[in-house]
Amino acid sequence: MLWACILLPHLALDGVLRRRPTEGPLVLVSGPANARTIVSANPAAREAGLRVGQKLAAAQALLAQFEAVPYDQAAVDRWHRFLAAVAYRYSGEVSLLPHAIVLEVSKSMGLFGPWPRFERLLRADLTALGFAHRITAAPTPHAAYVLAGVGDGQAVLDDQTLRGALRTVPIQRARLPERASEVLPSMGVRTLGQLMALPRDGLRRRFGAELLATMDRLSGALPSGLDTYRPPDVFDLKIELTHEVENVASLIFPLRRMTGDLAAYLAGRDGGVQRFVLHLEHREHRVTDVVVGLLSPERDAGMLFELARGRLEPVQLTEPVLGMRLVARDLPAFVPGGTDLFDERPANALPFEQLRERLRARLGDDAVYQLGSTTDPRPERAQSPEGLTEGPEEVHPRPTWLLERPIPLRGPAPMILTGPERLETGWWDGAEVCRDYYVVQTSLGQQAWAFCPPDEQSGWMIQGWFA
Amino acid sequence: MGAVVALSSLLDARQVWRGRAAPIPAGDQPTGWPELDAVLPSGGWPDASLSEVLSASDGTGELRLVLPTVKRLTGGKRPVVLIAPPYAPCVAGWRQAGVHMGRVQIVRTVEKDALWAAEQCLRSGSCTAVLLWPHHADDRALRRLQVAADTGKALGIVFRDRQHVGHASPAALRLEVEPTPGQVWVRKCRGGAVPSHAIPFPALAH
Repeated sequence: MLWACILLPHLALDGVLRRRPTEGPLVLVSGPANARTIVSANPAAREAGLRVGQKLAAAQALLAQFEAVPYDQAAVDRWHRFLAAVAYRYSGEVSLLPHAIVLEVSKSMGLFGPWPRFERLLRADLTALGFAHRITAAPTPHAAYVLAGVGDGQAVLDDQTLRGALRTVPIQRARLPERASEVLPSMGVRTLGQLMALPRDGLRRRFGAELLATMDRLSGALPSGLDTYRPPDVFDLKIELTHEVENVASLIFPLRRMTGDLAAYLAGRDGGVQRFVLHLEHREHRVTDVVVGLLSPERDAGMLFELARGRLEPVQLTEPVLGMRLVARDLPAFVPGGTDLFDERPANALPFEQLRERLRARLGDDAVYQLGSTTDPRPERAQSPEGLTEGPEEVHPRPTWLLERPIPLRGPAPMILTGPERLETGWWDGAEVCRDYYVVQTSLGQQAWAFCPPDEQSGWMIQGWFA
Repeated sequence: MGAVVALSSLLDARQVWRGRAAPIPAGDQPTGWPELDAVLPSGGWPDASLSEVLSASDGTGELRLVLPTVKRLTGGKRPVVLIAPPYAPCVAGWRQAGVHMGRVQIVRTVEKDALWAAEQCLRSGSCTAVLLWPHHADDRALRRLQVAADTGKALGIVFRDRQHVGHASPAALRLEVEPTPGQVWVRKCRGGAVPSHAIPFPALAH
């Protein structure tokens, strides 16, 4: 077993910075209204002397201009679960720990490569999503969690080296039960190594079974006892905009982030999305919905963004937008398109499915279609987008262009080339036709498929062109 | 008279443009009309380029000219895209011409998006041929399509009215269809001299 731990030291701050990128000082504050304290500060704020644990009033005395954003526990939990869904891509066993995600990787390394490469993949994903992180690996999840608290990038691949690595960890960082980590240093026990050397019976008498259980979980003598994470079946991401937006163009940046997150979630779930809805939230809970529907499941971030953008841009905003929410319920399995070694297309060709979605996004859902034949002999109903594209060949001459509805032929009488072919049908559905069809040549030299009432050869109506 | 200048020194200094013929566009896209292929410099449609078919009115053979090509191309894997056709293609008629309708995609669009759609299709590299019926396509728009066809290595065929024959066009090949008597004029072909005579184009025999 090998467990990776992704520690997210600035989860709350990164979640906020994702939707309001800023260079200036920004802090997260929490606590009662009259005694707000700083719980997180970005580098610019730290440089200016703002510290975690400082009172907001004290901070305001230090620095005149900075942004203070209320700490939102619900949003932090949401980001935490979102990142677990992203990590789910790499392992079927993912668990949540406070400010961290642990995942079992020994079974996944066959697919993703040995640990250094695996670590690089994880880091690339998290960096792309904009989350600060520390990654460690150890044979047990709790040991990986403890090592991540001490430093970044440490990988302990077997049990022997694990003991050595844990030995130097200070007691305060060992994530022991609270009483033990307070009392042990005053007893002269400052590292985990010293603690592990103490007799177990004495420890049990002083601190109870809880400390021993924690130590056993670290070394792997006890099972970790973590609940495995299951990604939800619905993707629901909401962001609140920092100000009221009246122009669709200002929604494009947050949209790119949201579709990127959707793609990361889909990759974790190994699924695709067939339909998702963008809710543009206005005042008083009024909502404008923008539906993005696809013909086949997709999960490419760039494509999802482009399609959503194509649907969003024509929207006329009647009132300002306060927030945006992306909900995807229709998440079918995703089958990557097969690629052929002897593909005749150019190397950088776009798959036709993507081209079709792009056209549909701008031109409308039914803008791209195929025509097939039906079994109805009446020319108006002989073909439809739902018809079969394969079928027997018609023995009588048929034109290449078919007019939507017949038009009368004006001018001198046409020259009859072939005919007549009588069509007498449709008596059962009220649209009965009885016509003699001819191939005629008009005085302008056009060849037309025309009909007239039976046995008349006058009152010509043109049904199609032999173009 | 001034000093005599040796011709070779002028040529070596590259001050004289010698009017060398443009390279013949490569092509293995026969039109399916052997007499026409024989006079075209690339032996058919210029590959990865834009071609124009000009005709006086609908139903004068403009489709008949390209259907053998569409038949050949729909035998492959990539689709042929029709953008803003003036009428619905008659499935029975196209099938009689040997076209596999499962590879024909039709794009319904308003005029202003037709050129955009054509450019997207040509550029994507996922279509073998794009057939377009624009109403108002200027020189600039056609030039964009020509570049897109080159990028996506696709065959672009634009159908326009015969009144545009006098206007300059960036298309690599321009053909004009005359119904009576049935013949095709080559109005421009890149990489070769324009034939002085029309190519017979027999009317459909029923």
